[in-house]
Amino acid sequence: MTEIFGVPFAVLLGQLLLGLINGSFYALLSLGLAIIFGMLNVINFAHGAFYMLGGFAALVAFNTLGIGYWPSLIVAPLAVGLIGVVVEKLLLRHLYKMDHLYSLLLTFGVALMLEGLFRHLFGSAGKPYPLPEALSGGINLGFMFLPAYRAWVIVASLGVCLVTWYAIERTRLGAYLRAATENPSLVQAFGINVPVMLTLTYAFCVGLAGFAGALAAPLYQVSPGMGSNLIIIVFAVVVIGGMGSIIGAVVTGLSLGLIEGLTKVFVPSASAIAVFLVMVAVLLLRPSGLFGRER
Amino acid sequence: MTLLSATAAAPTTRSFSTVRLFLLVAAAAVVLAAPLAIYPLFLVKILCFILFASALNIVLGFAGLLSFGHAAFFGGAAYITAHAAKVWGLPFELAVLAGVGFATVLGLVFGALAIRRHGIYFAMVTLALAQMVYFLAVQLPFTGGEDGIQSVPHGTLLGIVDLGKSTSMYYVVLGFTAFGLFVIWRAIRSPFGHILAAIRENEQRARSLGLNVERYKLIAFTLSAALSGLAGSLKAIAFQLASLADVTWHMSGEVILMTLLGGMGTLIGPAVGATFVVSMEHYLSTSGLPITFIIGTVFVICVMLFRRGIYGEIRARLLATRQPSDLGD
Amino acid sequence: MREQQHLLEVSNLNGWYGESHVLHGMTFNVGAGEIVTLLGRNGAGKTTTLRAIMGVVRKRRGAITYKGSDIISLPQHKVPWLGIGYVPEERGIFATLNVLENLMLPPVTQSGGMGIDDIYQLFPNLRGRDQTPGTRLSGGEQQMLAIARILRTGADFILLDEPTEGLAPVIVEEIAASLQVLKQRGLTIVLVEQNLRFAASIADRHYVVEQGVVVDEIANEVLPASMDRLNSYLGV
Ligand SMILES: Nc1ncnc2c1ncn2[C@@H]1O[C@H](COP(=O)(O)OP(=O)(O)O)[C@@H](O)[C@H]1O
Ligand SMILES: [Mg+2]
Repeated sequence: MTEIFGVPFAVLLGQLLLGLINGSFYALLSLGLAIIFGMLNVINFAHGAFYMLGGFAALVAFNTLGIGYWPSLIVAPLAVGLIGVVVEKLLLRHLYKMDHLYSLLLTFGVALMLEGLFRHLFGSAGKPYPLPEALSGGINLGFMFLPAYRAWVIVASLGVCLVTWYAIERTRLGAYLRAATENPSLVQAFGINVPVMLTLTYAFCVGLAGFAGALAAPLYQVSPGMGSNLIIIVFAVVVIGGMGSIIGAVVTGLSLGLIEGLTKVFVPSASAIAVFLVMVAVLLLRPSGLFGRER
Repeated sequence: MTLLSATAAAPTTRSFSTVRLFLLVAAAAVVLAAPLAIYPLFLVKILCFILFASALNIVLGFAGLLSFGHAAFFGGAAYITAHAAKVWGLPFELAVLAGVGFATVLGLVFGALAIRRHGIYFAMVTLALAQMVYFLAVQLPFTGGEDGIQSVPHGTLLGIVDLGKSTSMYYVVLGFTAFGLFVIWRAIRSPFGHILAAIRENEQRARSLGLNVERYKLIAFTLSAALSGLAGSLKAIAFQLASLADVTWHMSGEVILMTLLGGMGTLIGPAVGATFVVSMEHYLSTSGLPITFIIGTVFVICVMLFRRGIYGEIRARLLATRQPSDLGD
Repeated sequence: MREQQHLLEVSNLNGWYGESHVLHGMTFNVGAGEIVTLLGRNGAGKTTTLRAIMGVVRKRRGAITYKGSDIISLPQHKVPWLGIGYVPEERGIFATLNVLENLMLPPVTQSGGMGIDDIYQLFPNLRGRDQTPGTRLSGGEQQMLAIARILRTGADFILLDEPTEGLAPVIVEEIAASLQVLKQRGLTIVLVEQNLRFAASIADRHYVVEQGVVVDEIANEVLPASMDRLNSYLGV
């Protein structure tokens, strides 16, 4: 068996795969954060909570309504997006004209509410979600065994990122979004209902987080705390990449997942803080972030 | 706005300052007599958080920097103090000093990194740096993992006062807290405090006046970290425990809530907020209600409806009614 | 039914930016097919008047009626759907959109707008620049793009804020020629302008604005005879 620095090749690949999976989730979440930030000027602290909500939506749909995995990939984001609409219309929009810090604090409060509520209702322990039948097997690649579900997670999340990127950079709707990010008042003066657009943007991005949560359900267990530690890593990802570009968010997310995977192989004890160490290095060397465009 | 409120107490009429003196004496009497009526360790907890929230207020309220990572200083100092007292056998004073020293150095390092980014990014950087401390606390052997460091010895003050007695502990912590608040009060009233206010109001202008904005921010941040560390160290000794709960981001958020709820940028606000939140948690803890949910709700209500906080709101009303006589030049 | 004389009637319009009171009772009107200018020194409130009509400035009092119905109470995004187009002073070309995207951005609000080919005929400079990022165009080309994108929407009432500001004489002539074409097509235009020669070459009437009120009205025929009066207003 081949080895690299004393590490069996298969182990290395296995960890890289895990890293890629984590990276896919970082990418999905930081993508949503970046779009929300661009349009609404809000750092959505509740993003992790919405991810958790997506996991629970899938779980509850499965346990009580008998809705299976595939439909829940649509149902969960829709449910989460709907809650996003309520949060934006009821709370967030009243803070747009104020210091950005207030919307950060507001979404922090919302995150606590959601997490607290689900802990109260479901307890803190993780709940398993069964692997979908069709993806329970795996593929033997010769040099390693690739579980089908993991491959699917990577394909699905990268696919969603790509479609989102395309929609924003190449379609008419995306042009509205980009224009409204630059100059919302002028876009409004062209006859476009910008407030509704903001609501839908928030709902869509939060729905992406919900999708990630549903995607994660069979992989990790569903628990009220599943989003809260993730969101902070994603914040670090966002600091590293800067929030100027969508591609930047996706690339940074994936790379950091891979770096984490590599750290797990070579310096296992440092893997939990790898992302943060990268962040410190970036702050020292390139304070405005890799794809930075500070506002 | 906040600049006004932080300094508006100065130009008052004679009768108003008599009222203030009376209130001050009354408050001192209540604080000194409190352990007769209320369980002293509960009061100690309130004091620790008053100090912690007031320390955060230096950056949040007076310098206008939202730090989302202050749990690292509070909880980090708690671990160091607990370890110093229990494993190294250091006396109370030195153990606390070790904790505060650690928090100060950590504050200097985190501050130097975080002030490279502004606004909302500053919040995220501090949050991420603090999370790194949390992960270290989970992994490093000396912190005791999930259990934390338990049975930290109380020790004695200067070898004389036995801190095992909760009433003596209360007065000692009261002394430290009063000292901390005094330091903050002096700092805010000093030229340094006015410079901070100028930076918060308009950083660009402060810079164009030739002020080294970064340096002042860093000093404020480090001072804030040191005092947060003092609060954490005292809590570790008083409750004989340093644990993961003290370094989580929930803790960073909670102390922001205390400051916000009481009134950012006021001297008394954080104390009001800390008292409110600690008491609320205390009474809720046996009720079976979801505390995190309620804390989150209070947060949302506070941000949506009264951003000036309890004390800030009251004072604004008082000032509004007094405006003609008090604010006239 | 009330007799409909003017397309737009503004009467006693007051407008604020936050606490600062900028418009102090603007009164003027614009007939269908007319080109009317607002003249005045910098800071007189001309831009603010256009913004108040569009609803970009929200804090307003007084009356603005378009085709006989009040538009002050309308939500901001509904105003363009009456066929009113706005070309802002700062041009408002989007940097993250290419020329084609900039051109196609404003929704078509009425039938009768210009097709892409007509637009390229009117502004040949824009032809073949589809993929260029909007703000890479020269100042004059950006101005043309800003006008062109409104013409595409079918708007027949256009608020045009200082289209010649900072442009070379050759470009000014091109823009003047394009406005003549628009006038022939029957469009109504409110033009804010500092360049008197340019204004005189295309307008029917002129209003003079001073500190947020209309202080004078001059028909274009008598403009040459009124130059002294006008110069004293404008402080030239
Ligand atoms: N966004 C704004 N906020 C506050 N005041 C403004 C703003 N824009 C313009 N003003 C003020 O309103 C007045 C009128 O400005 P404006 O309508 O732009 O004048 P004009 O277009 O005639 O040069 C000026 O005194 C200007 O300083
Ligand atoms: Mg103007």
